[in-house]
Amino acid sequence: MAVEADEIFDRIRLWQQAGKGVALATVVRTWGSSPRPAGSHLAVDETGAFFGSVSGGCIEGAVIGEAKEAIADGKPRLLEFGVSDEQAWEVGLACGGKVEVYVERVE
Amino acid sequence: MKAEILQRLLAARRAKASCALVTRLADGGQSLVAGGDSAGDLALTPAHLEEIAARVVADSSGPLDLDASLFVRVYAQPSRLLVVGAVHITQCLAPMADMAGFEVTVIDPRRAFANADRFPDVALSGEWPDEAMARLVPDGQTAVVTLTHDPKLDDPALVAALASPAFYIGALGSRRTHAKRTARLIEQGVGEEQIARIHAPVGLDLGGRSPAEIAVAALAQIIQVKHRHDL
Repeated sequence: MAVEADEIFDRIRLWQQAGKGVALATVVRTWGSSPRPAGSHLAVDETGAFFGSVSGGCIEGAVIGEAKEAIADGKPRLLEFGVSDEQAWEVGLACGGKVEVYVERVE
Repeated sequence: MKAEILQRLLAARRAKASCALVTRLADGGQSLVAGGDSAGDLALTPAHLEEIAARVVADSSGPLDLDASLFVRVYAQPSRLLVVGAVHITQCLAPMADMAGFEVTVIDPRRAFANADRFPDVALSGEWPDEAMARLVPDGQTAVVTLTHDPKLDDPALVAALASPAFYIGALGSRRTHAKRTARLIEQGVGEEQIARIHAPVGLDLGGRSPAEIAVAALAQIIQVKHRHDL
């Protein structure tokens, strides 16, 4: 996990140096079998470019949208995603898990 | 995340120091904890800091057990394992610990034991254990195991380890051997409450006797102490 965090923060620095607004999303808590453990990071810039992951790909779209809003208004957000077993197949996550994701603007 | 917190986090990572970012999820208040010091918005109690330190050793991010409204993100450097004695058990233990994610260093001044033929791809130190420990400076994410059976080598390493915050200290030898060792260490001025930190006989009681089995038992105990701070 250490190497991965370095890559995330390198990317955040690059975006900041390019003058872009940046947000960081972090998995705070998981229930059941979710694909990414607590602490997993997704970095997002103001254009919606992203790096890293907070799930197997199924909630990234929603998190990126919230991240862009957090960049705009500066307010942190705590998001909760529950996935029922039936829905899980539709969104591509076959785990039926639940995740809580914290999204914050990086100054 | 305030720019000041980000700068502190990046500085800790550049210094290859473990750190923990604590966030109050309700309002985004944050503090960065590194090397026992905390800086930022949150008033963390000694009990909070104690749990955070244990979480760093275990590399375990998540809500604090003491206060689930606080989320701790651990940025841990790899744990280290310092093995004193380039013996047969160590030939099993070093690659196993490497696989389990430890940065392993084997310390033994005896060239016949500590050489690249016996330990391919393992970091070797030919220093005397007290010199090696002074250079390698065990910290709270370091485990120290002595396996030589030779008090001239094991004892100085144990004295140095006991003076450090190493999260695990283990010593090979039977209960009788350990009783004699305890007497020697007390004679050298080591306190009994310090000596109680030594796991001896080393390892979980798995019942195995072969070098590989003893290595598994030792590594299993190190992993248990690393993660189960409730025990």
